[in-house]
Amino acid sequence: MSKASSIPVKAEQGAIARFLASDIVYSFSRSKLTMLAAAITLFYFLMALFAPLIAPHDPFDLASLNLLDSLTPPMWEEGGVAQFPLGTDDQGRDLLSAIMYGSRISLAVGFASVAFAAILGISLGLLSGYVGGTLDSVIMRIADIQMTFPSILIALLIDGTVSGLLPQASREDTAFGVLTLSIGLSFWVQYARTVRSSVLIEKEREYVQAARLIGLRPLTIMVRHVLPNVLGPVLVIATINLALAIITEATLSFLGVGFPLTEPSLGALINIGNNFLFSGEWWITIFPGVTLAVLVLSVNLLGDWLRDALNPKLR
Amino acid sequence: MLAFMIRRFLQSILVMLVVALISFLLFRFVGDPVDQMVGIETSIDQRDALRQQLGLNDPVLVQFFHFIAGALRFDFGISYQFKQPVAAMIAERFPATLELSLLSVVIAIVAGIPMGVYAGLKRDSWLSRMFMTVSLVGISLPPFLVGILFIFVFSVQLQWLPSFGRGETVLIGFWPTGFLTQSGLKALILPSITLALFQLTLIMRLVRSEMLEVLRTDYIKFARARGLSRRAVNFGHALKNTLVPVMTITGLQLGSVIAFAIITETVFSWPGMGLLFLQAVQNVDIPIMAAYLMLIGFLFVLINLIVDLLYVAVDPRIRIDARQAN
Amino acid sequence: MSEPILSVRNLVVEFPTRFGALTAVNGVSFDIDRGETLGVVGESGAGKSLTGAAVIGLLEPPGRVAGGEIVFDGNRIDGLPPEEMRKIRGSRIAMIFQDPLTSLNPLYRIGEQLVETILTHVDLSAAKARKRAIALLDEVGIPAPETRIDAYPHQFSGGMRQRVVIALALAGEPDLVIADEPTTALDVSVQAQIIQLLKRLCRERGMAVMLITHDMGVIAETADRVAVLYAGRIAEIGKTRDLVHNPQHPYTIGLMNSIPSLDGEGDRLVQIPGSMPRLTGIPDGCAFHPRCAKCFEACLSAHPPEFSAGQSQVFCWLHGEDAPHE
Repeated sequence: MSKASSIPVKAEQGAIARFLASDIVYSFSRSKLTMLAAAITLFYFLMALFAPLIAPHDPFDLASLNLLDSLTPPMWEEGGVAQFPLGTDDQGRDLLSAIMYGSRISLAVGFASVAFAAILGISLGLLSGYVGGTLDSVIMRIADIQMTFPSILIALLIDGTVSGLLPQASREDTAFGVLTLSIGLSFWVQYARTVRSSVLIEKEREYVQAARLIGLRPLTIMVRHVLPNVLGPVLVIATINLALAIITEATLSFLGVGFPLTEPSLGALINIGNNFLFSGEWWITIFPGVTLAVLVLSVNLLGDWLRDALNPKLR
Repeated sequence: MLAFMIRRFLQSILVMLVVALISFLLFRFVGDPVDQMVGIETSIDQRDALRQQLGLNDPVLVQFFHFIAGALRFDFGISYQFKQPVAAMIAERFPATLELSLLSVVIAIVAGIPMGVYAGLKRDSWLSRMFMTVSLVGISLPPFLVGILFIFVFSVQLQWLPSFGRGETVLIGFWPTGFLTQSGLKALILPSITLALFQLTLIMRLVRSEMLEVLRTDYIKFARARGLSRRAVNFGHALKNTLVPVMTITGLQLGSVIAFAIITETVFSWPGMGLLFLQAVQNVDIPIMAAYLMLIGFLFVLINLIVDLLYVAVDPRIRIDARQAN
Repeated sequence: MSEPILSVRNLVVEFPTRFGALTAVNGVSFDIDRGETLGVVGESGAGKSLTGAAVIGLLEPPGRVAGGEIVFDGNRIDGLPPEEMRKIRGSRIAMIFQDPLTSLNPLYRIGEQLVETILTHVDLSAAKARKRAIALLDEVGIPAPETRIDAYPHQFSGGMRQRVVIALALAGEPDLVIADEPTTALDVSVQAQIIQLLKRLCRERGMAVMLITHDMGVIAETADRVAVLYAGRIAEIGKTRDLVHNPQHPYTIGLMNSIPSLDGEGDRLVQIPGSMPRLTGIPDGCAFHPRCAKCFEACLSAHPPEFSAGQSQVFCWLHGEDAPHE
């Protein structure tokens, strides 16, 4: 029977050793599912990062596409070839490469929009909480009104409007920006609210008032003291948001208002394939679909674990 | 109590005005309404005359009032694409969307709440774990993908159920319903389950986590300490306290169903408002977009108001405080 | 002399963690006679609440009773199946908690909660149960009980709420009430009232009370005997009068000395140096020895057994034969 006083971490050990022995890492290593999810997410991340190097073809290079190759089945089916392992779509695009590049886009937009939402939300939350007064009321009113509507609708609306304002020709180049903007704008409220409540609580703490007395600028106080406290919940929101952002982008692309068909993301690929479900070319939809589903599932699992790990009440 | 209701009502009006403003700005300033409406041959003079006639040269505020006045009369102008009155087009497709949405909400609630309660009470049983896994898959699969998969399995491979359209409808008064025909019902199955899945998982997870929270409270501990039966503790106390916040959050969810209907209607070619709106976005048909926005805004505001009032009716703390505050 | 209503022998409560099992209550033994009030006093974390929870069978997992026995009215209750234990709760042993606001379900009127509790233990008609509920409210000192019975918990002040909680605990006519910090959450003026109420109820009903608190003042007022808990073990146990005026254990002496008195001279407040160790760092030997001014070699080797000192029991080597004499 081990004496409970033998906790195997001493204060002199470095920060890394302490982190490795911490509860978070412990709960991580205990859950095989979480580790699997993390591994899968990492795999996607690497695949997306190195897609230009490892993909057998470049699906965005319109000149390289040959219509004669179109609608080739996966290589293990009759009529398939090794050159196109997962088959091709109706333009002759290699599906494997398209999926790699598509994941790249999905992840890129996902991260970018979450980062945008987080930065916008955190800034507005800090501002709103610290300055208070009319600014606070206005920001919170806007937040309330926006919260009444589901994010997908907002994203759709902004996307549609901005696309309508921009000339048709530049849609390809601006798709990334427009999508990041729309999706990001639909998510900022959660961050703002969380940060604002933390700020309101911390504002009354003595150390803040002491810091003010010393003459520290409010921004410094907020960034150095409030922000670290808030990072935990923000991180959890961000992971959940990431999955939602990826889904939203895929949905918008599927609906035809996201990435154009010349630079298809996973959602757009599924859209293309939708037209061929009944005629038997199932692979155009199913492979990107499975890819998307597994990606989002892994991110969600990670988010779930993170939320449980960071929740003080469950420890 | 009355003061509270009046205040909430005024808030709702404010939100509606903001929504109306956004719709109006969309309507007026994105693209040029006149250019959209006339052919290429129309001369500049004729365009100017039309502009004057439509009141497009009036001060913005006046135009805004006209817009609101029109909205109150259900007049949202003419669609750019279809050259038909927008209000009529929306009204024509409203029943389809409403039936689909309502059915999916019923499915989500009737299935989601019991599953959530079970997963909360018996959190370590294998059935609970399965529910939680299914729910995780439910939130991870984008609704459009679920729809496509359903179509693939049930329409393409098994050929049991249709994948597009509403089937035959029967008119009850002015309302065409799909519930009374076999083909109508068959057509409803896949889309409504698709639409229900996302909400179902959300409701289930919400109920479960609320239940777990409630089961940790002091009053549950005290109820146990008083020797109350398991049923009394779990259902009489825990369930009731769980359902109060769940009810309000679910009510708010209702609004998003109408938004998600856009996706489902697209996948299943369901002739509803959502599909109309999507086509409008793709073709930058502003009048329809603006009208849809107003309608959705109104529905959301209404739902929020009802949910708030419901909350007051159910939670005695708020009800009595509100009354005492007068 | 009749048997004690509660007899606890060598109770051990453990929490399994990834570093091994943490022992929160380590071999605690005491008796409570019928109608007697035993105070269980100690700092936060000493294991008082856990002892109470263990007696009534409401230890929250992963905490568990790892050893010892609990005998109530001549029968062992520590290994009983859950349904048997539930029958005892409320009707033979009751427990009240610290915060009266969170102890009551905010969505139900107190009358409903009272009647429900009464009907769980006694077979009565609803009308008779309501009458009994009103009588209970009257007994605990709620004015105008016939009207107040239909009020909600948040409509009462803190002191009144705690009276309601006591009424609920008494509804099943228990022989033993475990009161876990019943006055800590209340204003000082109200504390006295609640203490008086508890004393009166004990006297009138012949109830035994296990009064858990960190407030020596409350103990001095109410308890017949006191057990002092330190780091999961009893330091000293005896009649209140003896402990207050003639404490034997150095920790008890420190506790008594650190109570500021209005009529003392104006010198410094006395403190016991250091603080109670956390569960993960309990020293070998006597758990108090690092803070004890009179510590000697035996104190480091093993935890002291029970020694008699007058009518009290002390767990201190100073009362053994080999203790150094001053």
